[in-house]
Parts: sequence; structure tokens; C-alpha cells
Amino acid sequence: MKEGVARFWREIPQRYNFLGNVCSSCDRVFFPPREACPFCRRKSMGKMKEQYLSGHGEVISYTVIHVGPEDFEEQVPYPVAIIQLDEGPRITGQIVDCDPDDVKIGMKVESTFRKIQQDGCSGAIYYGYKFLKSHNSNK
Amino acid sequence: MEKIGIVSYGAYVPRNRIKAEVIASVWGKDGQAISRGLGVIEKSVPSIDEDTATISVESARAALRRCNINPQDIGAIYVGSESHPYAVKPTGTIVGEAIRATPMLMVADYEFACKAGTAAIQTCVGFVKAGMIDYGFAIGADTSQAAPGDALEYTASAGGAAFLIGKTKVIATINHTLSYTTDTPDFWRRAEMKYPSHGGRFTGEPAYFKHITNCATALLEKAKTHPEDYTYAIFHQPNGKFPVNVAKKLGFTPEQIKQGLLVPYIGNTYSGASMIGLASVLDVAKPGDRIFLTSYGSGAGSDGFDITVTDEIASLARHKAPTVAELVERKKYIDYGTYSKITKLLFME
Repeated sequence: MKEGVARFWREIPQRYNFLGNVCSSCDRVFFPPREACPFCRRKSMGKMKEQYLSGHGEVISYTVIHVGPEDFEEQVPYPVAIIQLDEGPRITGQIVDCDPDDVKIGMKVESTFRKIQQDGCSGAIYYGYKFLKSHNSNK
Repeated sequence: MEKIGIVSYGAYVPRNRIKAEVIASVWGKDGQAISRGLGVIEKSVPSIDEDTATISVESARAALRRCNINPQDIGAIYVGSESHPYAVKPTGTIVGEAIRATPMLMVADYEFACKAGTAAIQTCVGFVKAGMIDYGFAIGADTSQAAPGDALEYTASAGGAAFLIGKTKVIATINHTLSYTTDTPDFWRRAEMKYPSHGGRFTGEPAYFKHITNCATALLEKAKTHPEDYTYAIFHQPNGKFPVNVAKKLGFTPEQIKQGLLVPYIGNTYSGASMIGLASVLDVAKPGDRIFLTSYGSGAGSDGFDITVTDEIASLARHKAPTVAELVERKKYIDYGTYSKITKLLFME
């Protein structure tokens, strides 16, 4: 077992459905969710509200992985991007169904549900988000 | 009478395609003859990170994008497949979580070769009719397996479709449904075996044709209809020839089956096959259109459905998810080497 099923299980709301949270004091959105807003600090305590994010965003920067870690070796070369979600947070995500040469900074992307990794052939399978070029992206 | 039927629908087909001719060339066969003989030009292949769970989730999410239903109002999810990612642990729980329908939810995985998805539709219709749930998701999806060099390798593909069944804002009423089932060992996969086995030509007359013909005939009798009463007809499509031949035998025209016949372009998506055909028909259907669907699952059985499209289809936001035609067109060709890597034909330490 690489990471343990409990850890992955705890992150299912984030990995499946982008459950983040928003500071009721300053309206900043966080993903993954934070216990407190780093800007409002004490004022935000007890005022962080859960919010599902859309999974839509834009490529801020990207790289192409040619030597992948375990579980990803068979997928090389593949793009990994810093994506700014429409609600504000920036996250790292793999871009799939897109040739590395077609990825562009500013490209609109949307999330898709994919297999992320698995604990060998007898362990648990872990699912979560990856990103596709948005169907209505012109970039 | 209360209308029970399809409230929304969604489909998903992975992007990779491999041509039948490419597979044939590896085995020293005449690709054009095989392609022509099977009526299959190319088939879909899942990406390395796609499986029946991901296809089911994408199909269900497409269905939810098209309608305005709160996922918490969904009372049941049944996923039919013969390639569930786990032998023990339901695909439906993954789908339920991914569409935020948990936790007050009935879930089970179904298996009945290529008709497990339509069996899920029947279950949901029953629960809605009994008043036990408001909405139920019936999903058919597969990443089907074929032994290298086997005849199935030219057709076994990946895809799926999801149908939200309910009794409000019904876009297509399910007027009648029935099944024809016998113990017929035409195709099977024993526990822990990687690839299925089949009875060769035995999969034809005593299996596919007998069950579909008897199911369809009984359905026409029950519905008091004739083939010419239907705008569209969909039959299970293990290859491009069987559905065309059975349609002709039953009195349906090539025009009636054209919209729902996807196998030449994506192969046999097993539990997804007739359901993607139905999704393709719903992509273009107009109020008043009548749809005849007969699935087939080896082992063996057929589920028949007599469906009428309602005025509500005009209100469904069909444009919010890709049509089957768009999914079919969204493709990237791969060679047999890449196919071998994806489908784990290569032995890797």
C-alpha cells in the first residue's frame, strides 16, 4: 500500500468534486479547503464555508513530463499544468486527451474524472480530477 | 396514466481509436475483408487512466448537465458492466460519490454480459413505478476485453451511457418493457480469467438472433404495434452485421436503425452498446417519435423497450453535453503497439 486508503478516502470530496471553502470575511476561495483564511486569520475562524468549485479554469503555466513517477511511466510524455480555477485558486493538474504540443498558456480547461493511481494489481484504485482542453476553448 | 421514463441521458466514448485493418495486419489477416465482413471500420480504446468507473461517471455527469435535477433526489444507481474495475467493491459507489448523490442511495452493480445496462433501466423503472424513489440512474459501461488474435479483438471496445429514470419532466416515456431469458452458454468469462471465451458461430442463431427476435416479437405483441409504427429502432450491436440482419428479419428498415447504429465507428461497447445507440437517437429525436430498443446479453437474454418521445424533450438542454456524433468524431488513432500497452497485452515486470 503506497499511501494508505484512509488518506485517499479523506480527500474524496476534493478529488472527485472540488470541495473547497470560502472565507466569509473576505470572500477568498481556497482549494483544498483551509481551516482559517491566511489573510483574515482570527476574523475567519468559524466563518469558513464549504463551496464546490466548477472544475473549470485556465492554464497559467505547464511542463511536459518525459520521465514519469511510478504509475505514470506508461503515460509519458504528458503535460502537467498550473491551472487557475475560475473561482481563483491555483492547482496542479495533469492534462489528458491533448497532445503536449497543443497545450498553450491561457488555454481554457475543464475537469474530467480519471484513474489517478492504484496500489498494484490487488490494492485500491484511486480516482480524481485531471483536465481536458475545454470544448469551447478557442486558444 | 403516470408517465415513467427517461428524464435525461448522457454518453461517453474514449478518444482513442484503432482501425480493424491495423489489428488484422498484426495477425497476417486481410484487414479490408475482416472490416467488411464484420461491418466494423474502427473501435474505441480507453486511455490508460480510463475504466468502467470513469466512463460511468462521465456519462452520468453529462446527463446531469442536461437537466436541472438535484443529485440528492436520486434514490438509486445501478451500473451494468462486465468490466467493473473491482471484483468486489461496487462501481456504483464511485459514481454516487462523484455525482454527489450519496449517502441516502441504493446502489448495486449489475452483470449480464452486454445487457446489464438495460437491466438497470428496468430496475429503475420498477422502483419509480413503486414510488420507492423519485429518480434512479441506470448506467451501462464497459472497457471490454478480447484475447489477442481472437475474433473479438476487432470489436471489443469502450464506452457507456447513463439514463436518469423518473416520472417528472420525462423526455421519453417507457410504455412497455419485457425480457426474454434462457440458459444459453454462447459467451462467458470464468472467474479470474482475463479474457472471455465464446462459442464461435453458436453466438449467432441460437443466441443473438433467437433472443432478440423472440423478445422483439413479444414486445410488439404487448405494445400492439408494428415495426412501421416506430421512427427509430436500436438493436444490440456486437458487430455491424447482426443488428442489420435482425432488423431486416423483424421488418425494420435500414433508415430506422441508422441513427442508433454506432458499432462501425466505435466497435462493440458491450453494456454500453444499445444504450449509446439510444442516446444517439435521443440526440435528434422529436416529440412524438417512437423508439424500439432490444438489447442482448450473452448467457443469454434480451430486454425490449417501447419508448415514446414527449414534448419535454424540447426543454431538455441537450446542447450542454456532447452528442454521440460529437463523441464519435472526437478521436485519435493509435497503433497496435500503443493498443497493446493500454490493454495490458505486454508483460511488464
